[in-house]
Amino acid sequence: MEITMRGLWTLIHGMGFGALYLLACAGALVELWRMTRPTTEPPEPSRWLGIYLLTMTVLAWAAVLTGTYVIYPWYRAVPPAGVALADFPQALLRSNASTVGWHTLGMEWKEHVAWLTPVSITMAAAVFLRYGWQLRLHPELRRAVLIFTCASFVSAGIAGFWGAMINKVAPTQGGQTIRIMQGEK
Amino acid sequence: MSSQTENLPLTNGPGAAAVLAAGIGATALGVFAVLADTLPAFKKLMIFSSPTGPLSGVTTSAIIVWLLAWAVLEWRWKQKTVAIGPVAIAAFVLLAVGLLLTFPPFADLL
Repeated sequence: MEITMRGLWTLIHGMGFGALYLLACAGALVELWRMTRPTTEPPEPSRWLGIYLLTMTVLAWAAVLTGTYVIYPWYRAVPPAGVALADFPQALLRSNASTVGWHTLGMEWKEHVAWLTPVSITMAAAVFLRYGWQLRLHPELRRAVLIFTCASFVSAGIAGFWGAMINKVAPTQGGQTIRIMQGEK
Repeated sequence: MSSQTENLPLTNGPGAAAVLAAGIGATALGVFAVLADTLPAFKKLMIFSSPTGPLSGVTTSAIIVWLLAWAVLEWRWKQKTVAIGPVAIAAFVLLAVGLLLTFPPFADLL
């Protein structure tokens, strides 16, 4: 069982940071809604939700930074003349009319829309850390934080969907091979 | 002391500043992406990192615009209570514009 270095980084970016972020979104939305809803109940400690949102912020930034500066250069690298295109995903996709859309629509959308995720969740985390339970007293501000958190989920979902699909059609691979375990025939 | 501080009601100014700045950052991202796609000179200008290409400049510039907008609005609204309704609507519109401009079929219409 082996994986290439580029494949490993793609795994860390997508299944590590990206998928974990998407999984965390549901919890953040439910807890933000619940803890800040207008109610006469006494306020709950907000420390753990603050840590949860901060962790999501770190995941979002880690996902876009590894995607943009580690994996994307491998994706868009220009192949030397006469070389097989398997290790050059963008060139591979553009070489065939039946696959070019994965780049012109999928990757061109993904590479930009993904950056709305860290912007939105950083804002939501910062506002929650500042106001905590007091968001109850500012219903319109609370609504804005919830909508931007939803937007971060949508943009991460779009980026994650296209990333997964593109990596099926033209996987980012190459570099040093890492042997994870020796199987039996 | 800390519990007294926690119980002091906060003005909505800092929150409004953060929300509006996020909207401004989203629109900046979309505008820079479209400009880099349509203007060759701007595309070249946006290459901050050669391996990543224009995406490096587009995203870095948008982040700078977002953080600058946040800093300025925070400075202006730190102690104030602002009309959060119009501010939130403006932020949602800016976010929607940013989302639309990053969608290639829409951006290609411009």
